[in-house]
Amino acid sequence: MTAIDQPSQNRNVPDRLQSTAAQRLKSWESLLLMVALAIFIANSFASPYFLNAWNLSDATFNFTEKAMIAFAMALLIISGEIDLSVASIIALASTAMGAAVQAGAGTPVLLLAGLGTGLLCGAFNGLLVTRMGLPSIVVTIGTMSLFRGISYIILGDQAYRGYPADFAFFGQGYVFWVISFEFVLFAILAVIYGVILHMTNFGRAVYAIGNNPTGALFSGIRVARVKFILFLLTGLMAGVAAICLTSRLGSTRPSIALGWELEVVTMVVLGGVNILGGSGTIPGVVIAAFVMGLVTFGLGLLNVPGIVMSIVIGALLIGVIALPRLWTMWKTR
Amino acid sequence: MQMQSHIMDSASDSSGALPVLSLDGITKSFPGVVALSDVSLSLYPGQVTALVGENGAGKSTVVKIFTGIYQPDSGHDTSGSIRVDGEAMSFPTAQDAANAGITAIHQETVLFDELSVAENIFLGHAPRGRFGLIDWAEMAQRATELLNSIGADIDPGHKLRDLGIANKHLVAIARALSIDARVVIMDEPTAALSHKEIHELYDLVEKLKSQGKAILFISHKFDEIFRIADRFTVFRDGQLVGDGRIDEITESELVKMMVGRDVSQIFPQRRSSIGDKTLHVGGYNHPTEFADISFELSRGEILGFYGLVGAGRSEFMQALFGITAPSSGKVQIDGQSVAIHSPADAVANGIVYVPEDRGKQGAITALPIFQNVTLPSLGRTSKNNFLRLAEEFKLTREYTERLDLRAASLDTNVANLSGGNQQKVVIAKWLATQPKVIILDEPTKGIDIGSKAAVHEFMAELADQGLAVIMVSSEIPEILGMSDRVIVMREGRMVAELSGDELTPETLVRHAAGI
Amino acid sequence: MLKRLIASREMLLVGAIVLLLALIATRFPAFVAPSNLVAVFNDTSPLILLAIGQMIVILTRCIDLSVAANLALTGMVVAMINVAAPGTPVAVILLVAIVMGTLMGMFNGILVWKLDIPPIVVTLGTMTIFRGIIFLLSNGKWVNSHEMSPTFKAFPRAELIGLPMLSWVAIIAVALFVIIMTRTTLGRAFYAVGGNPHAATYTGINVGRTQFWAFTISGALAGLTGYLWVSRYAVAYVDIAGGFELDVVAACVIGGVSIAGGLGTIGGALLGALFIGVIKNALPVINISPFWQLAISGAAIIIAVAFNARANREKGRIILKSAEHAA
Repeated sequence: MTAIDQPSQNRNVPDRLQSTAAQRLKSWESLLLMVALAIFIANSFASPYFLNAWNLSDATFNFTEKAMIAFAMALLIISGEIDLSVASIIALASTAMGAAVQAGAGTPVLLLAGLGTGLLCGAFNGLLVTRMGLPSIVVTIGTMSLFRGISYIILGDQAYRGYPADFAFFGQGYVFWVISFEFVLFAILAVIYGVILHMTNFGRAVYAIGNNPTGALFSGIRVARVKFILFLLTGLMAGVAAICLTSRLGSTRPSIALGWELEVVTMVVLGGVNILGGSGTIPGVVIAAFVMGLVTFGLGLLNVPGIVMSIVIGALLIGVIALPRLWTMWKTR
Repeated sequence: MQMQSHIMDSASDSSGALPVLSLDGITKSFPGVVALSDVSLSLYPGQVTALVGENGAGKSTVVKIFTGIYQPDSGHDTSGSIRVDGEAMSFPTAQDAANAGITAIHQETVLFDELSVAENIFLGHAPRGRFGLIDWAEMAQRATELLNSIGADIDPGHKLRDLGIANKHLVAIARALSIDARVVIMDEPTAALSHKEIHELYDLVEKLKSQGKAILFISHKFDEIFRIADRFTVFRDGQLVGDGRIDEITESELVKMMVGRDVSQIFPQRRSSIGDKTLHVGGYNHPTEFADISFELSRGEILGFYGLVGAGRSEFMQALFGITAPSSGKVQIDGQSVAIHSPADAVANGIVYVPEDRGKQGAITALPIFQNVTLPSLGRTSKNNFLRLAEEFKLTREYTERLDLRAASLDTNVANLSGGNQQKVVIAKWLATQPKVIILDEPTKGIDIGSKAAVHEFMAELADQGLAVIMVSSEIPEILGMSDRVIVMREGRMVAELSGDELTPETLVRHAAGI
Repeated sequence: MLKRLIASREMLLVGAIVLLLALIATRFPAFVAPSNLVAVFNDTSPLILLAIGQMIVILTRCIDLSVAANLALTGMVVAMINVAAPGTPVAVILLVAIVMGTLMGMFNGILVWKLDIPPIVVTLGTMTIFRGIIFLLSNGKWVNSHEMSPTFKAFPRAELIGLPMLSWVAIIAVALFVIIMTRTTLGRAFYAVGGNPHAATYTGINVGRTQFWAFTISGALAGLTGYLWVSRYAVAYVDIAGGFELDVVAACVIGGVSIAGGLGTIGGALLGALFIGVIKNALPVINISPFWQLAISGAAIIIAVAFNARANREKGRIILKSAEHAA
């Protein structure tokens, strides 16, 4: 074959041709940021109640809990796997916390129960996928039923209430003025996951695995171990979200967070993460979280019912992937 | 070039017959690579045309164009066409090519493991019974007849996955014959077959010829080309370099056309300085892939592994590298027993593997060059697990410059490089880990001649620097030109260990084919 | 070899179901009375219908999570047609249901085929969209039994030779698709596409188009089941058959359909559905709370997929002569 190694036989190969800043300007993230700004401006025109610090602060609760899971899910999806059981992990973790309350436990034990349940569920998914080599999509469809099913067995049509007063801080507390604890946690986790994915050896391995698991294995990457850790992290984040959500609602029902897996996956995909793995960024997911929060909040201000919003989310999920492809098809015609 | 005269008479055979199928000025390009450039090729009824060329010359691309898998480039500057009985045609899908009476036996069997042998033969044109429904009894009956006609003793009811490689190949041949074709394309049909099966295949080719079918025969084996072909066409680097009648050319002329220079000078001179024993492999076994593999390897030595396609060489190497688990086997490095359960273990113990399948196993083509090179060495370039890009570029530069890598920049994606430069990236990746043993699996398959020589020179250099090298290759000149010692494998077992004067093309072929 | 493998898989399931029935019969003999078994089969018929479609989709390396939402939307539409025009003949209703379901399946299929969007994304999306549309159509209101005409409700219950029509529809569908899957070019193409898409292309099979037809079939069956479901339970609302897609996937996985594609039979899907159906119907009989159902389905999916993976584990290339046919 005749190779064309552009721009021909250069003996002094430079490190980079294009600055990273120039690449960033053309990225999905900048496009998304403009969409977010547009929605923000549209909302502020559409409703006089929008540009109010407390209203905006309330609006962040629409996405902070889901976004926490979305960060870990982003890494998992970039690595080529998926976890559809996250919402069910929330239900089970919340049920565990409720049971702990019934047993007279205090807030520290509640936190341990929530996080521990999340980790255990993540480990269960991770073991089934990495040890037994099962496809994550089916495994987590199974555990999606199993985890929530256990909540139903324990709770039936009952609910746990009576969470201690100091537990309320995690979902209802404010750190400073209108800045809620949840929002601060969201911001910290965004930074942590951004650093893990973009600045560490582990993050590099995640990309390598997602782009070509065989190639990564053949390059000496411990693929199964990395994937197992990602399932653990995703379970842990579902546990964290369970603490926040349970604290915010003040009660646990087995139907808690029903359908959230879809919104979390949508947030990740909207953030520019390739559902087939290999590419995506945490900044993208952060902006996507804001976009979804703003859309939900804006529709809420306009009194649009919740189920209609789910149509919007379903359409977003498909549209976000379909539109760029339609665009290229149309252009190449 | 003196071969131009041959091109002139390609429009019609000397006997005056018109070609059944021909390519006329066809170009096919992929991003970054021109696979075929303005080539022509004609196939005549009742004649075998041998298509000759090195790996990467464009032979497989021709097969894919004839069978509707690839479409040739179209546009104002390319006016080529595919002609059937002189009429320009196009094959948008594989079905269209089949309808035009073209059938192919592909190099890699493209069949269905989970389906039965009979269905693999008849999928897409199964015999129909009442109401147009598939007639399974008739299918089994006809499958048996077809398999018998090519001397294959295979139960048509077996699942394909339960067959060995040679039998799978026979099923592929039966499939090609099940279509009442006018043109039969055979892409290295004898590569995985035993001596007896090869002779049955030759008989079959004679039979097809006598039925007036046009045959395109792709092979690396010169003896069989001169035995069964009537005509030849030579490709080099995607271009037609000559064609004509086989009885008007000698073997050495054909080789010269194929490689474009004298063969004897290709390989680098080596000062043989074999050092201490470094690798000891003992009693490697696998339930289905290989058995009883034991050998030793010294620093500075190049050990060749020769065998037919599917002899189990790559499978053994992958077990040694920790990809698959052997049922038993021991490895020692410098006298120390090491446990290898994963590639990460192998790399940690100084064993690295350059796989045959670059795109899937060797490189992560969607990532940039520097990220590929540093992937196994991140522990060295990073600090407290945090990436340091400057260190990564430094390491990448050090090793890619040694290999004379040609690229636009070090953050170019590997997918945008030519095969030869991709291979250099993979080799650089492993050298950066400072290994003791490097395994190269078909290191020059599908790369251009210039890069090939560079890889060979570099391999010799590595050995001279004291690295122990294992080279798996199916190319006899490469094996002979590079190896100090050669192990021949057949059907998953070591059948010979040759060195010095024992290393001749004849002995290699005899042991590999089990003659 | 092929026949033995499939036979063993299906015999195993038959054995499991018989064992399950025997265990229940030791304490509740009434459960295995023929009339009750007929009732169990009838109750499982919707699951069988959807499992057939899902099995074909999974066979082609896809998944259809929108089947339950498709069922619910079609059900709501035919219920509303019945309310608006009570005289509409059942034949027309059936036709409308099948056409609607088919169109929804085609929508999924076209997104997978032409835009190459991963099936899981497409059907997760259409799942919520279809449910949302039901809300928009119905304004969240229920269509209750008393609003439906008697003929509308009568069809699935009408008996023929001791079996309700609902069961007959399932039986006919099983028979029809056994023929399609084993004796037609399209049926074999589903296997080829899932088994080795690369080789399927070489064989002249259009992979995307074959997947499109799989989604279309799945949609048609979901639409048909939509009418049967709504008329049988005599109610239609946004959340009917909520989460039923998981039972359908579970039935397939239990029935030995490989999620990696290319492996599975109609018989397997039928038995997988019956296995779940027997458990569901047995729970209340043996006094276990229906809240156990979800967890049992989940556990069944996981156990079945683990079992399948063991059975189909990659054995590696067969190179050693001694290994050939030994598997």
